[in-house]
Amino acid sequence: MKEIGPIQRHTISVIVDNEAGVLARVIGLFSGRGYNIESLTVAAVGKGEARSRITVVTSGTSMVIEQIKAQLDRLVPVHRVADLTIDGPFVARELALVKVSGTGDRRVEALRLAEAFRARAVDSTTESFVFELTGSAEKINAFIDLMKELGLVEAARTGAVALSRGEAGL
Amino acid sequence: MTQAEATTIDTTTEMSGAQMILKALTDLGVEVIFGYPGGAVLPIYDEIFKQDKIKHILVRHEQAATHAAEGYARATGKPGVVLVTSGPGATNAVTGLTDAMLDSIPLICITGQVARHLIGNDAFQEADTVGITRPCTKHNYLVKETSDVPTVLHEAFYVATNGRPGPVVIDMPKDVQIEKAAYQVSEHAEHRTYRPQMHGDETAIREAVKALSKGMRPIIYSGGGIINSGPEASKLLREFAKLTGMPVTSTLMGLGAYPASDNQFLGMLGMHGTWEANHAMHDCDVMLCIGARFDDRVTGAIDKFSPGSKKIHVDIDLSSINKNVQVDIPVVGDARSVLERMIAIWKEENCSEGQPPLNAWWDQINHWRARKCLNYEDSEDIIMPQKALERLQHFVKDRDAVISTEVGQHQMWAAQFLGFDRPNAWLTSGGLGTMGYGLPAAIGAQIAFPDKLCIDVAGEASIQMNIQELGTMAQYKLPVKIFIMNNEFMGMVRQWQDLSYEGRHSESYSDSLPDFVALAEAYGMKGIMVDHPDNLDAAIEEMLNHDGPVVMDCRVAKLENCFPMVPAGAAHNEMMLPGDGVSKPKDDEALAVV
Repeated sequence: MKEIGPIQRHTISVIVDNEAGVLARVIGLFSGRGYNIESLTVAAVGKGEARSRITVVTSGTSMVIEQIKAQLDRLVPVHRVADLTIDGPFVARELALVKVSGTGDRRVEALRLAEAFRARAVDSTTESFVFELTGSAEKINAFIDLMKELGLVEAARTGAVALSRGEAGL
Repeated sequence: MTQAEATTIDTTTEMSGAQMILKALTDLGVEVIFGYPGGAVLPIYDEIFKQDKIKHILVRHEQAATHAAEGYARATGKPGVVLVTSGPGATNAVTGLTDAMLDSIPLICITGQVARHLIGNDAFQEADTVGITRPCTKHNYLVKETSDVPTVLHEAFYVATNGRPGPVVIDMPKDVQIEKAAYQVSEHAEHRTYRPQMHGDETAIREAVKALSKGMRPIIYSGGGIINSGPEASKLLREFAKLTGMPVTSTLMGLGAYPASDNQFLGMLGMHGTWEANHAMHDCDVMLCIGARFDDRVTGAIDKFSPGSKKIHVDIDLSSINKNVQVDIPVVGDARSVLERMIAIWKEENCSEGQPPLNAWWDQINHWRARKCLNYEDSEDIIMPQKALERLQHFVKDRDAVISTEVGQHQMWAAQFLGFDRPNAWLTSGGLGTMGYGLPAAIGAQIAFPDKLCIDVAGEASIQMNIQELGTMAQYKLPVKIFIMNNEFMGMVRQWQDLSYEGRHSESYSDSLPDFVALAEAYGMKGIMVDHPDNLDAAIEEMLNHDGPVVMDCRVAKLENCFPMVPAGAAHNEMMLPGDGVSKPKDDEALAVV
């Protein structure tokens, strides 16, 4: 299909049966049909962990986004598909662990910036920190960029989890 | 389906997994299994041996088992059941599963698997069957608990047959088949959550009827979804067409849903569709697409597809809507249910009274018809392939035949020249285009209807892709007639090479063909060879009158092309007819999309 219209980023929540292979189905759908995955998170939620909630951030033209949702909805173990980007305001958060090594001023500066970003040191040695940080993808990008100058060793990120604002749920 | 009746709960007796499979299949009304034994399904085969309710048809290759089950399903409207072993048994079934996926055919395929403790160890004949079949099935299962066997089987039948039908694989480890447990079907014998939308949105249906009733140049474009929806949907389609006076065209998969002999039928549309069907699609002002999916072989160049028409799309699968073509009025629902509502609303709103007269539109259509686009130049010395099918049609038209095809030129000619007046009589591989489909599909249909005339219209190249199934035909004394249109070419490949590659026939000729008559005789069947138009009728009659299997080697013109044709990158109104000469595709993009 020809790409018509601007590429948009959408955050989609998918409630699935928590059964073997369900994540492979979802990922296989994206790779098999050539859709993008910018990030994907999944964990069991709810009573007895019978269901899992997948949050996927994807991008495409509006026609492609509609296809992605319809194709997800067609998978047998999928219960609900919700497009948070369309449905209304939502909050999205990501968690990152960021390892920084250094001594002297650089170490002090890293700790000071971490405080400004409300990051917590969850591991410390005399020459390193591992910071835990939550927030939007942009905030985490900004923090990692700053740490590059101060001895960034590596970072691990979760990808977004998201919920709609207000009282209603899926 | 009658799952409700089948949800028997019997906790008193323990059964092996294999016994449970046979009990569940029997309870689900299965009469036939197409399969091939092997190490990982021996416990199931032992149970098959011990019972006589379900008939097992031994094929010669697992791919043929899946196509035979497809043919059975398409001809009967019931799901087809396949049983194969692990590893190569399962991988050989993949082509048929994919074929069933693309053409929305309900199949249940039980595959053997190595014992649970061996999974992942590269055991003998181990393959990751659920991994391999995940993208080519509607759903699949790996059964890890013996007590789950009955529920999984019931659920699999529900999933395969409800909503948009499709293939379901159940991977059964060998130790699960042997282990004993209580036979118990969960209350969720349907499925915990899968509930396809059957009834279309009433507002959308009303909007659709309103749009249709105002059309000056309406058309109904129907597809295989009508046939999947059941015979009632075909009746309703006829009723709606009669009520509204609209012309009807059909996809390859939908042939027979509307009678070909009816005057309102324009023939098939698409790449090798009729002049009148494609022109009417291009020029219509309102289109009702029902149970079809705007496939690229139907639409031609998508940006030139039916410009200016209001498009209504009725489909049971939401993902079919707006996938290729943006439509104006989408209706998600089952064809039968939506047609019922459309007819009721049309009558209730007295739409026929306010409807603009369609005379001018029919005049235009009859003008297109007058081109007689299927005309061909006959020969006195050589059998033209179109002629062969015209004569076949002449002899079978009143015999309620079931016709299957392989894939290629002969398939398109069969679609053009054989008229189908009822659903479930036409078995062909539309979406995947699987050569080798036709013979096993005809076998499946013949098993379902032992007394019906079942014909596989084949090419000499396609037939060789599952020719081992002559053995199956012989074993079960199936009177299938194989009508090979032998032009010593992979005709469609050759045609494209002539149209797009300056006639370089790269590997598209059939060399070292067997003597098909001798081959038939080697299997104890009748073989007939005909190579002259004067003998054609007699040969066809001989084939049809023979009370048993026949292989007919019909030598046809070697270089005939299949027309009309919507060439690469062209619109519906830019069709080629015979004699239009050879035109190269307009550009590389056009070359790539077809």
